[in-house]
Amino acid sequence: MSRIILETRSLTKHYGGVHALDDANFTLMDGEHVAVVGDNGAGKSTFVRQITGVEQKTAGQIFFDGAEVNHSGPLEARESGIETVFQTLALADDLDVPSNLYLGREIIKFNLGPFSILDRKEMKARTMEALQRTAVKIPNVDNPIRNMSGGQRQCVAIARAAAFASKLIIMDEPTAALGVQETAQVENIIKGLKARGVPMILVSHNLRQVFDLVDRIVVFRRGRIVASLKREETDGNDIVSYITGVKGNAEGAVA
Amino acid sequence: MAQSASGLGGLKYDPSKRARPPELNVFMALVGIVVIFEVLGWLIYHDSFLFNTRKDLDTLFNNQRLQVIILQVSIVGILALGVTQVIISGGIDLSSGSIVGATAMITMSFAQTALVNGNPNPKAIFGEAFMDLPVIVPVIVGLGCGMIAGMVNGALIAYTRIPPFIATLGMMVSARGLSKWWSNGNPISFPTESFAGIGKGLWPVAIFVTLAVLFHCVMTYTKYGKHCYAVGSNEDAARMSGIKVLNHKILVYAIAGTLAGAASIVLCSKNLTAQAGMGVQYELDGIAMAVIGGVSLSGGRGSIFGTVLGALIFGVIISGFTFLKLDAYYQEMVKGVIIVGAVVLDQWRQRSRGRGK
Repeated sequence: MSRIILETRSLTKHYGGVHALDDANFTLMDGEHVAVVGDNGAGKSTFVRQITGVEQKTAGQIFFDGAEVNHSGPLEARESGIETVFQTLALADDLDVPSNLYLGREIIKFNLGPFSILDRKEMKARTMEALQRTAVKIPNVDNPIRNMSGGQRQCVAIARAAAFASKLIIMDEPTAALGVQETAQVENIIKGLKARGVPMILVSHNLRQVFDLVDRIVVFRRGRIVASLKREETDGNDIVSYITGVKGNAEGAVA
Repeated sequence: MAQSASGLGGLKYDPSKRARPPELNVFMALVGIVVIFEVLGWLIYHDSFLFNTRKDLDTLFNNQRLQVIILQVSIVGILALGVTQVIISGGIDLSSGSIVGATAMITMSFAQTALVNGNPNPKAIFGEAFMDLPVIVPVIVGLGCGMIAGMVNGALIAYTRIPPFIATLGMMVSARGLSKWWSNGNPISFPTESFAGIGKGLWPVAIFVTLAVLFHCVMTYTKYGKHCYAVGSNEDAARMSGIKVLNHKILVYAIAGTLAGAASIVLCSKNLTAQAGMGVQYELDGIAMAVIGGVSLSGGRGSIFGTVLGALIFGVIISGFTFLKLDAYYQEMVKGVIIVGAVVLDQWRQRSRGRGK
């Protein structure tokens, strides 16, 4: 718990004249689960997009696993050990579960360049293993995921991230579109990740969930980090005050 | 929405509710159409469509009819294999028919024989040095032309990001223009003996079946095939997962172009001549075969096997109408109805599946 896994220094992102993210200083310790909360447009998603390499930062530095990184795309971020569960899930609906888990990193039996022969047995076996480890249960992994419920699809996306994340998982609103039981299922998976010691950044609107799951809560407001509070030292009202701007001057806030 | 009491982990899997493979429906449609022609045949002409009724032949089926059914769709079928891969990847290829025309003209120019009945070839395009070349030369030229045209399609779509419809529409018009310009609209004829052998007899069928099996395996067992379905299903997800989508598109269109080139070689070899108007509407027939075979125009769904079944349905309809001695005009009208019907049925199926029934 003592090592810093991710650190941003003065991370800034402008879209034209819009200051979506300003001077964000953020640290994440190894094994720590941190929630990123804030109103719509507060800069949460922008913050996440800079770390996952989906967008390029305007200014500032990102340190990951002890070295400065400049990810030019999500693929590069992934190769360095950051797995992201995007809000859109980034799943191919017409493919089955193993194909989705191994999308873009297929296991090859026989290398023939683009026409390499896939090792479907191995991918399926490892998929079952990954689903078991994350306690995700899918009735039939050979069906295209188009036919699955929102919760199951979310579980597939999370299982994919959990199966490959060596160093950090980022989840962008993983339960936004789910029912009560499906949300509980996803939260169980997150607790499992915590037990395994995989550090996580969770973007969420659901304060109940946030207090349930994470060690620390970081509040964004108008593109700035206005608070970074340990779960034990704060409560819902406190967080809401920061989100709405009743508390917390943007100046001088440190995460 | 059905929330089971035991939550997600306890969801029951009912094998009977598993989606039927769309190919099964297509196959049933094929059987149904054959039965219709069989029944009509007995009712109108007291003759069988499918079975042998001649006393002097000792076969169960009317083998000649079966051969014709598949022979007449083999050439368009070869091109449809490429069209299928393009559509599964979420694109469309309108240019394959014109590529057939242009490639036929160029290929035939390299396949000519020097002497026709002792006289110099009256249709000669190139000089003496290009006459009586080994058969491998025109074959490579034909496949190469198709591949280049396909790569141009793919590069246009990948790098300029114009819709595939527009890019291949441009290629369709330009390639047709090229095929007319190549010999000022004159046909090119008199191929060498060996080149003429490619399209002889049942060779087109053998080539079609071989390529179909090959690409069925490619689509099912290779990374390329998996990526076709992934890109067609969700291009953004494919990109975010690290699939090189642009390279993949160029490869898909290059393969489709090469297959159009292959179809062209077989066609002009079979006809012993190349004409600027060859392959007109082949692209639409190819698309129709794929669509009838269950390939979804929105990408991500379908199979080579489905397209082969779609091609067979085409062949059965053409043969069936000839068998019933109906005008070719009816064929086209019915073909149109079947294309639309196939898509409507497919969408109904999709929608009912979407509702979880």
